[in-house]
Amino acid sequence: MTDIRVDARNLRKIYNGLEAVCGVSFHVKAGECFGILGPNGAGKTSIIKMLYGFSPLSGGEIYLFGLELTRNLRVIKNRLGVCQQENSLDPDLSVLKNLIVFARYFNIPAAQAKRRAEKLLTFFGLEHRLYDRVIDLSGGMMRRLVLARALINEPELLILDEPTTGLDPQSRNQVWERLMELKSQGLSILLTTHYMEEAARLCDRLIILDYGRILTEGKPRDLVRTYIGHEVIEITGVSHALREYLKEKGISFEDTGTRILIYNGEDSLYREISHHCHREGCLLRMATLEDVFLKLTGRELRE
Amino acid sequence: MRFIFDLSFRFWRVWQRNLDVYRESWLVNFLPPLLEPLFYLIAFGLGLSGLVREVHYQGRSVSYIAFITPAMISVNIMYNAFFENTYASFVRMYYQKTFDAMMATPLTLEEIITGEIVWGATKSVLATVLMLAVIAPFGLVNYPAGILIVPLAFLGGIAFGSIGMYFTGIVKNIELFNLPVFLFITPMFLFSGTFFPLDALPPWAKKLAFFLPLTHLVNICRALSFGELTSDLWGDVVYLLVFCLVFFPLAIVRMLRRLWR
Repeated sequence: MTDIRVDARNLRKIYNGLEAVCGVSFHVKAGECFGILGPNGAGKTSIIKMLYGFSPLSGGEIYLFGLELTRNLRVIKNRLGVCQQENSLDPDLSVLKNLIVFARYFNIPAAQAKRRAEKLLTFFGLEHRLYDRVIDLSGGMMRRLVLARALINEPELLILDEPTTGLDPQSRNQVWERLMELKSQGLSILLTTHYMEEAARLCDRLIILDYGRILTEGKPRDLVRTYIGHEVIEITGVSHALREYLKEKGISFEDTGTRILIYNGEDSLYREISHHCHREGCLLRMATLEDVFLKLTGRELRE
Repeated sequence: MRFIFDLSFRFWRVWQRNLDVYRESWLVNFLPPLLEPLFYLIAFGLGLSGLVREVHYQGRSVSYIAFITPAMISVNIMYNAFFENTYASFVRMYYQKTFDAMMATPLTLEEIITGEIVWGATKSVLATVLMLAVIAPFGLVNYPAGILIVPLAFLGGIAFGSIGMYFTGIVKNIELFNLPVFLFITPMFLFSGTFFPLDALPPWAKKLAFFLPLTHLVNICRALSFGELTSDLWGDVVYLLVFCLVFFPLAIVRMLRRLWR
């Protein structure tokens, strides 16, 4: 079973009597990018924190690289790269020094640490900012620096907790490019996100989580096909007549109040609707992971 | 809760990180221990000694300035470690997420806390060495016995750093450090035989002062500074050692309870 990087069995996490994670099992294979998706408060970060020993398990078992987590934590952490959700860069140190000091926590010799740091900073396009202070960097640069730092020990598994939250589209795309490059080099990646585009682009397999439980699991494309179909008709500015018409024809649809979504809508139906009642605001588009996500987790706000 | 501490020499990595940051702004860090003794010497040596020339201490008269010099060093040992492991450690833990980042490496929480406390004690030692150098020309400290003040600074630093870290493990927010400062540090600053001999106090107050760790640190420091080593100093040393042995593990337990959840 050496090709299994993460084997999480029946994970549970209880905070002050509240169950944040209620029996989650999944595994990540070598060379795979695995996604954990879910709305805020679904339990994504709780799972991540248990995976790298930041937080004790309330129940279940975790095996990383075939080793039981709690008994082999130090060995395991030597082989892990972690990119936490909150910025934990050292504001007291320069960009280069951040990596070198971090390398020391892994007992990496100084000369080797410097070589690796320079290589990684070049890879992430930060080679011209080596001696700048961290607080002078933009949000995108900081995130890239966190990624570079997570790779300083040449990990076999990279754990990313919402790696692109709060970044502008340029920075986000740059992070994605880099991650895809790392994946192509054979690095296994486990990431959490609530950006469906990110999950669809990067993840080979994923789970969708809500209220601490797995709702579904699979490849992004398969999930879209299974839950939604190929296309979606999306109508905005809905009239009463349209609702009546759809009900009459026995077509199932999702009504958000201001919009109607018809999953796996036929071409002919789209033409019919757009010609007859809704010339404006009627759209036939590809079904996406976001449709799956909203269908499964609902549209209510999570606060 | 963990029952056995997972602690290795890797804690030096945490210590090294703090040293690196300290060196980045060494000039600013050097100034307080260089200037503070001079301020004290001017205030007490020139100002107050017009009123109090000599103090009766352990059966003989000593100049007031020689009396308070070891107290001034002891107070600095206390301040450096205590403030490093309260405010500064809290900023690293809570605002800068430095501990969080370290937790993603092979470092354990026990090592992070140990590295912080040993660093606090190191700051006490650095400040003590600088102060001793500044006051050396005034002949207020007796050598070679005075050299032992340096290792004493480390012992005192571990003691005050441990209790500081213990408070860091329990305060809800950084403002709450005012409580231990106001209720613990300030009374010690005044009533540990620092500015007047404890004999001036009523017996009950003397007994209370016995429980304050600074009293024992001042006792040893004053004896070393006068070059008068007696066997009852072992009592003070044992007190400080026991204080460390109690509060160092307690600090780790409180921090584990706070962060590993």
